[in-house]
Order: sequence, then structure tokens, then C-alpha cells
Amino acid sequence: MKLFLYTIAVLIILPISTNAQIAIIGDTVYTMVGPPIAKGVILIENGLIKAVGKTADIQIPKGYTVHRAKAVTPGLIDGRSVVGLSGKLNVSGDQQQLEKSSPIQPELRALDAYDSEEELISYLRTQGVTTIHTGHAPGALISGQTLIAKTKKGKLADVIINPAKMLALTLGNDVSHNFSSPGTHAKGIAMLRDELIKAQAYQLKKADADSTKWPEVNLKMEALSQLLTGKFQGLIYANTAVDIQSAFRLAKEFGFPLVLDGAAEIYLFTDEFKSSGASLILHPTMARASGDRKNLNLGTAALLAAQGIPFSLQSGYEAYVPKTRVVRYEAAMATAYGLSRMDALKSMTIHPAKLLGLQDRLGSIEKGKDADLVLYDGDPLEHLTHVCKVFIEGQLVEDLCVKK
Amino acid sequence: MRKAALFVCFLFTLSASAQERPIAFTGATIYPISSSPISNGVIIVHSGRILAVGSEKLPIPAEATIVNMKGKIILPGLVDSHSHLGEGSGGDQSAALNPDVRIFDAIDPMSDGFMRALSGGITSINVMPGSGHLMSGQTVYLKMRKGKIIEDLLLETRIPGIYGGMKMANGTNSIRGSGPFPGTRAKSAAMVRELFIKAQSYKTKIADAGEDKSKMPPRDLGMDALLEILAGKRIVHFHSHTHYDIMTAIRLSKEFGFRIVLHHVSEGWRVAQEIAEAKVPCSIIHIDSPGGKLEARYLSPTTGRELEKAGVDVAFHTDDGITDSRFFLRSAALSVAEGMSRDKALEALTLAGARMLDIDHRVGSLEVGKDADFTILSGDPFSVYTRIEQTWVEGEKRFDLSDPKDRAFSTGGLQVYRSALHVHCFGHDDDHE
Repeated sequence: MKLFLYTIAVLIILPISTNAQIAIIGDTVYTMVGPPIAKGVILIENGLIKAVGKTADIQIPKGYTVHRAKAVTPGLIDGRSVVGLSGKLNVSGDQQQLEKSSPIQPELRALDAYDSEEELISYLRTQGVTTIHTGHAPGALISGQTLIAKTKKGKLADVIINPAKMLALTLGNDVSHNFSSPGTHAKGIAMLRDELIKAQAYQLKKADADSTKWPEVNLKMEALSQLLTGKFQGLIYANTAVDIQSAFRLAKEFGFPLVLDGAAEIYLFTDEFKSSGASLILHPTMARASGDRKNLNLGTAALLAAQGIPFSLQSGYEAYVPKTRVVRYEAAMATAYGLSRMDALKSMTIHPAKLLGLQDRLGSIEKGKDADLVLYDGDPLEHLTHVCKVFIEGQLVEDLCVKK
Repeated sequence: MRKAALFVCFLFTLSASAQERPIAFTGATIYPISSSPISNGVIIVHSGRILAVGSEKLPIPAEATIVNMKGKIILPGLVDSHSHLGEGSGGDQSAALNPDVRIFDAIDPMSDGFMRALSGGITSINVMPGSGHLMSGQTVYLKMRKGKIIEDLLLETRIPGIYGGMKMANGTNSIRGSGPFPGTRAKSAAMVRELFIKAQSYKTKIADAGEDKSKMPPRDLGMDALLEILAGKRIVHFHSHTHYDIMTAIRLSKEFGFRIVLHHVSEGWRVAQEIAEAKVPCSIIHIDSPGGKLEARYLSPTTGRELEKAGVDVAFHTDDGITDSRFFLRSAALSVAEGMSRDKALEALTLAGARMLDIDHRVGSLEVGKDADFTILSGDPFSVYTRIEQTWVEGEKRFDLSDPKDRAFSTGGLQVYRSALHVHCFGHDDDHE
């Protein structure tokens, strides 16, 4: 009987707690709009940010639960991941990020493979990541689609923000390692152009007012058409000077929105990048300098910031250990090589929010945005600092410093 | 013959690196590791060795060059107890047990990869052959001197003529189930036991033969190396991740009485007490997320703390290119974040690693008479904002961040590094690191 009453009580309390009114007081609040607020407070109601300002200016209403921290940032956004398709154990069953039956498969939807219960997603959440742009990995000319999800626990419908965001393309030697053809860079580009030209023709036929003249539905052509219309962005993993230039050329020829992924040698093309209108998800700072990324420079993030080029950081794809990287660590290491703290924080908050088209909901601490917040016991980028609490949509989803 | 060659190159090294005059570094906070930190300390080096270490009151010889290092931190040159720099490989696919194979014979002594170590503050490394074998071959201990031939880099242990250990592994690493490789853990252990029993019998035969050459067994290179292991001269560096693989490695070392250092030790946090009771030192690695292979699924950054609590001797390693030598300090910092003490973490980057390689008589701490190997930092060793500004090896400046050529090695960039990273089989299920 007691247990029954208890259960009832929990059932009653739970829905209330999800709509709990919460106040977070931070010694430093990095809102990501303007300079950080010293002694700031954030009010949360119904999963959204209700107010943010100095503690001196904002009265915490009665009934609010108060949390305190040394520093507060928006929930971190991982600009490009594969977790959820790529799993922790690295056995064939949990590696769903790259289909090797054919080098061009834009019809593969990340949604159909995303395991929202994957342990690496929970792991990233403990590291302050509240939103991930994830999906098919580099390794095929077109490996498939990507999606955007919150890292909170829940079923697909609860966690997905955008089920189909970009098409993941790869230029370079990685493709030739996975497929018998293309064996060369030029062949790879020719194969892509060939498919895109087919998609243009397909599009044209479908534009006919007489629907009887439409071609038979072709999933591949449908997906490529969405790239041509700009509904999908082309996320091109390209690292060497040759491949980065090919990416620019391809996007220009077919007029699709380009997002460069990796881009180890982007430091050679900052002017071209600025005039291209492309976006950039830079390789993890600590990515291994091997293969096409052999010439990566640990100072690239700082160089880009100095040139006024916005970029997002990413955990990226790892075939081995660590199975996922952590954007906070990658941003932190970029500061060791000259990136400012604010620019490092931008690279995993407001910049990826804009890049993913979610700046109205995410990426900064502003009234009306999702209450996705990370609380730290020190400088968010320092090695010795811990992520102490993580809120997603106003819910406390990680409470970590109690253990330490 | 080899001894003679080594002697010649030792002289060469000395003459190349020896300063005409002593150099005194003043004003820095010095962490000797073997004793308490000295603020506003002085360290004097001469002829490749440490002449004196002490407070600001330390008398400085009149002829010494004085270098003001006010505000800086000086640490002993870091010791990386497990690295794959030098672009060498060990055993191939033809055998699971390769005691005869020496990584020594495969290293490029002029590899610019060593600049990654130097720009990370590392001055001594244990280069491991492999990976993916039960026994990948003989490791080699190298000093990051400027060298042309491999002998220029060799670092002799306390035991004359011994310049390395033996790399072994258990767990999923060497389980391939084809050719000469085991398919299970039990088979892995059985194969190792058979090899050591053979070595014991080889040893007995040699002892029985005594002076009678006709009774000597035919010389066997692999057995010769195993004899050094059985005699306690050559340390076994044992890759082991899961708690039960760790206990198997310890069991084997007890059965045959060989000296062992456990490497990686991902689940050390689960058997810290047992490791302590066995008095087995551990060289651990920091990896940013669990998994990536089955045996690393339960890895935890708390292992350093738990091993320290249990009283185990702990060192860190890079396993370069698994982690980058340039980020070595970070590995220790992340264990400190999880509760390992700062003192123990600094020792784990230096003296503890030196002990695990039998080279602590020469490196790992800043003490009079030891090699003048040290690294100069801009600030707190465990802060992300700290840069490694200089690295000195035997009294010679080998890395200087203010020199654009060296700075390039610290950041990388277009055609900076010619050498390849040691990265096995990435992108496949059969990774063996």
C-alpha cells in the first residue's frame, strides 16, 4: 500500500518537475551574445529560458529551485558526429555509419539507423553536449544523410530535431580505401558529377506540369534533388588542398549549399572560403595527423578566428580509440594553440547553432531559447574543470559533481 | 663489437652536446620530483649532466652562463613508457610470439616524428614493436638526442647491455583465430606458458652444459631474449585492458618469475587492490571516451586515482600515435581532474616511467649527477593554457618554441612532418593496437 502511494506520488511529482521553475546562478555566465555576465542568473520555466541577467537586476521568484555554478554555458553542440550510428563497442553490429555496397548512396537516411539509446550519446551528454549533428560517416562519395538530435534520453520522436539535414560526401583517399572504384580523385569527381547531372534531368522531368510525364520515383534521385534545391546541404569531407578545391568547384557547378567537413588544409584557402559562401565544421583539434589530414595544423582554429571566419568544432568519426571525441576537449586544446576562450566557446555553441539553422532555439542563453545549459566548477575549457550539471529543455539530465 | 661501437658513439654524443661552460637556469619553479618543488630555484647543468639543483641561494660558478627563467616551470624531461615513434614495426603476421624480433633494427633514427616528443616535453621513450601479437618483440629505450644512427639514441638501463624490454599483450588484441594466432584467451595464455617452459628448459640445458660446449643447445635468438627476461634483466611490457586479462598477465609473471609492467590497464580501477598486492607497476593511457574495442569498453579516467589510492606505482604513456606526444601533459591533467594527486601525476610523467624502464638512475628526476634532461613550461603543468617552451636533452637545447622551425613541429602544418604516424588498420574491425 505504501509502495502504491509512493508510486502515485512519484507519478504526480514527475510531470511537475519537468515543468519545474529553476534558477541558475553562475559566477560567470557565457551567454554567447555580448560579453560574459559576472554574477549572472538564468530563470527557466517550461523548458525555456525565461530571463537572463545580473543577479542584481533579476529577482528570483518564490518557488524556484536554485542551482549554483562557477561557470555556465549554453548546452554544447557537436557540429559533426557519427554517434548513434557508430557505437561504443566497435563490433560489426554497432557500426552502422558506412555502407560499403556502393560509393554513392544519398538515399540512406540517418533516421533509419539512429540508436538513441547508444551509450556514446549518454557519454557525450555527461561531457556537456546537448545537441548533436550526426549520421553517416565520411568514407563514401556520398555515404548518406545526417540528422540533428538532442542527447536527452528518449524515443526517436522525442529527441530528433531535424531528421534529415545534410548529405555526407567525401573526397579523397578514404573513399578509395573503401571501394574498388573510384580509384582516383578525378574518377570520384566524375562519378559525382555524373549522378548530379542525372539528378538535374530527373528534376527537370518532375517539373513538368503533366505528372504522367514524371519519371518513376527513384530514391537516389530524390535525395540528390533535395541537394540541388538546397533543402539538403552538401557536407563535404575534404582535407587536402586538392580535395578542398574540388569541393568548392563541385558546389559551384551544381549550386548547392556547401558545408566543409574536416578541411585540414583550409589554412591555404581562407580567401576562397570567404567568397564561397560555404560553412565550416573544422576537424577535431586532436585529430590524428595522418592520411589526408597529415598536414593539419593545431593553430588553424586560431587562424580562422583571427580572419573572422566562423567555424564549428566536431567530434568527427573515429574508427578506433577514442570511439568518439568530445568537443569541449577539442575546443580547449585549440585555445592552447592560440584560440581565445570566447571563440572556443562559440565554436561549440552559437556557431554550430547558426550552421545547423537552429539559432532561434539553441546556441546562446537568451530569453525564449531552449533551456539547454551546462554548469561547470571552473573555466569551461580547463583540463581540471568538471561538467557538473547538464540541463536539457529545463530538465536536469546530468548531476555529476556529487560523485567527485 | 657492439659495445665498442656504442662506446665510440657515446664519446661522440658527449663531445657534441657538452657545454664548454656550465649553464645556470634561475628564477623558475623547479619540480625535481625526487624532492619538494623549489620556487625561485636554480638548476646548473654541465657536460650533459646536472651539476646542482637548489634554491636561489645555490652558489653559481663564476664561469656559468646564467639564463633567467623567471615565472617558468621546470620539470624533468618527461618519460614516455610506451610509444611507437620512429616508424618501426616489430613482428609480422608469421608468428604470434616474436621474442627474437628487435624494434631496434627497424627504427629510423632521423625520423622527424621524434620532434613530436620533444615539443611535448618528452626526452626518453620506450619504443614498442607491434601490435597485435602475444609477444611483438623487443622494445628499445631511446633518448631524444640528435642522432644519425640508432646507437646515437640508445638509452642503457641499470643492467649493462640491456636497452629495452619485451612487448607482450593479451586480451582481444592478439586474438585473431587464424594462422599462428590464438582464437581464445585461454589459448593465448597456454601459448605463452609453452614458450616460457621451453625457455626454462633452454636455460637448464645451458647450465647443465657448463664448460662443455658440445652439450650446449644450438643458439636460439628468441630463447636468448627470454633468458634475459627469466634473469630479471629484461622487463616485460604487457598490454592488458580488462580486469581478468590483467590478472592473467600477473599470474603468468608470477609463474615464471618475470618482471612485468602492465600497460594501458583500462580496468585497473576494478582490480587496483589486487595489482597493489602483486606489486606490479602500471603504465596507463588517457583515452577521451570508452570503447573503440571490446577490451576498452569499461575504461575509466579514474584508474590513475584508484591505482594511486591502492599504492600502485603509476606512470602515463602516449602510445603515440594513439595519443599525440605533444599532448602528454594533458593525459596526466585529466587524471588529476578525476582525483589523482598532482604530485603523483607529475611523478607518473617522469620518475615512475623511468623506474618502469630501469633507467631511473639516469633520468626522471632533477638530481645531481643525472642527465640534464628537462622541459621548461610557461605555467602550471596541468593547465590547458600552458605551453612547452623548451626541451633540453643532456644539456643540449633540442626544442625551442621561439624558433620558427621548432614551433612548426609543435603545431604541424603544410609539409611540416615527413614521418608517418603509427596508425594500424584504422577503419577496420581488426584493429590491433
